Amino acid sequence: MSAFSLKKTANLEAWKAHHRSSCLESLARILRSPLQSLLTALALAIALMLPAALLVALNNIAQLGERWDASPRLSVYLKPQMDMTAVNALQARIQQRAGIKNLAYISPDEALAKLNNLGDLAEIIQGLDRNPLPPTLIVTPLLEGEHLSGLEALAAELRREPIVDQVELDLQWVKRLEQWLRLGRQFALGLGALFSLGALIVVGNTVRLSIENRRDEILVTQLVGGTQGYIRRPFLYTGAWYGLLGGLLASISLAIGFALLRLTTQDLAATYQTDFILQGLGFFGSLGLIVISSLIGLVGAWLAVGRHLRALAPQ
Amino acid sequence: MIEFRQVSKRYGDGHDALLGVNFSIAPKEMVFLTGHSGAGKSTLMKLILLMERATSGQVLVAEQNLAKLRSGQIPYLRRQIGVVFQNHQLLFDRSVFHNVALPLQVCGMDPKDSARRVRAALDKVGLLEREKANPIALSGGEQQRVAIARALVHKPKILLADEPTGNLDPELSAEIMRLFEQFSQVGVTMLIASHDIALIRRLGHRVLGLEQGHLVYDGAL
Repeated sequence: MSAFSLKKTANLEAWKAHHRSSCLESLARILRSPLQSLLTALALAIALMLPAALLVALNNIAQLGERWDASPRLSVYLKPQMDMTAVNALQARIQQRAGIKNLAYISPDEALAKLNNLGDLAEIIQGLDRNPLPPTLIVTPLLEGEHLSGLEALAAELRREPIVDQVELDLQWVKRLEQWLRLGRQFALGLGALFSLGALIVVGNTVRLSIENRRDEILVTQLVGGTQGYIRRPFLYTGAWYGLLGGLLASISLAIGFALLRLTTQDLAATYQTDFILQGLGFFGSLGLIVISSLIGLVGAWLAVGRHLRALAPQ
Repeated sequence: MIEFRQVSKRYGDGHDALLGVNFSIAPKEMVFLTGHSGAGKSTLMKLILLMERATSGQVLVAEQNLAKLRSGQIPYLRRQIGVVFQNHQLLFDRSVFHNVALPLQVCGMDPKDSARRVRAALDKVGLLEREKANPIALSGGEQQRVAIARALVHKPKILLADEPTGNLDPELSAEIMRLFEQFSQVGVTMLIASHDIALIRRLGHRVLGLEQGHLVYDGAL
């Protein structure tokens, strides 16, 4: 007699067919108990919404910072009554440096005119017998945090110039904002990790319950030679479906929430005369959220089934 | 086809279910396994199916040492073996047809070929007209016959049956045994655990007797 084959018989069509049927049947099972499924998806959605909303809020604050001239500027106050050739020479030297976005010269007259436009000060200014404002150079660097230290070096260099009276570099708040934002993002990510773990447990537990309900089926399937993968498959789809539904719920809820907030912030922004528009999660953000959520569902299910199958392994 | 060499099985709680069991079953042989409950019959069958692994000794199935099988190979071993258990073996969330089709489904057989095989198996146990019924609507004897159809639908080389006639009246028991003898004649190796001594004696096949984990009898009754 021949020893029988224990080789894996590759049958791609059957494998695909089982994927198809597992995928559809697990969805059908989920829809068969709509309330319980909704609760699971909702728990997932809430766990994902909180960190996602926080991240979006932080992005909006960052955007706000940029709009409100977050790009730091260097105000270089020159000594009064300076010779224009010396000023021009200094301008040329600054221009040559890398990382300079814009360089503007504001003469005392222009500065006074601007001040005049502010209204309230006009009377006081008219009372002055001479223009007290110094000629000023405004240096706008090419942004970004990593250039900040270079900017400080530039400021120090300019202070040593003979024609320069004073250099003002207001970086402190930009730095602080940046640090706060970084801290906030880290916090949001930490929160996200924590809540993802919670979501994982929720899905894992739900899948565990559905495993319990199908305990006999798993036993019989194992007995007639179903592979681990075959047994695992429908439950993995169940987890992924829960994740997908939870992700969809979260994305939709966030979209609605931010749309409502946008109306309020538009009015608020109008009073500040800015064209700030509250940004939502966006298409790719929502897509990312749904993908992450589906993955969480998949992993949660994988862990739950793995535990169950290990318990059934021969000793 | 099935060979035990000095096989012992001790469970985690220290209970010795089998102690130094030796025997060999040739292909196409039909063998009964007897003994009181707790004598080790179920453990012996579980070792053949790799539901449990032997603590010491060797179990060979079709010349294959089961100790050397990786867990990923276990399903392919089980596809060569048909199993009938006394209870909780049919799934009540699907029809008789789909219960019998399960072993073919897990092998990935084409549904059309599968349907033909399922009907042939149901025909053999005389339940073709009940294929659409839920097994819960069937009598105990009919359920057992569905289980037998499922155990044989994928044409295994070995059939293990644990108390297949446990809940059945003598007439039904005899009918099921006749069915088993037919399968044995077409080349299936049979190992049937039963404590129905009268029935076993009447059939006159080889008998293995277990007592507290020891093999105490090997021969015809």
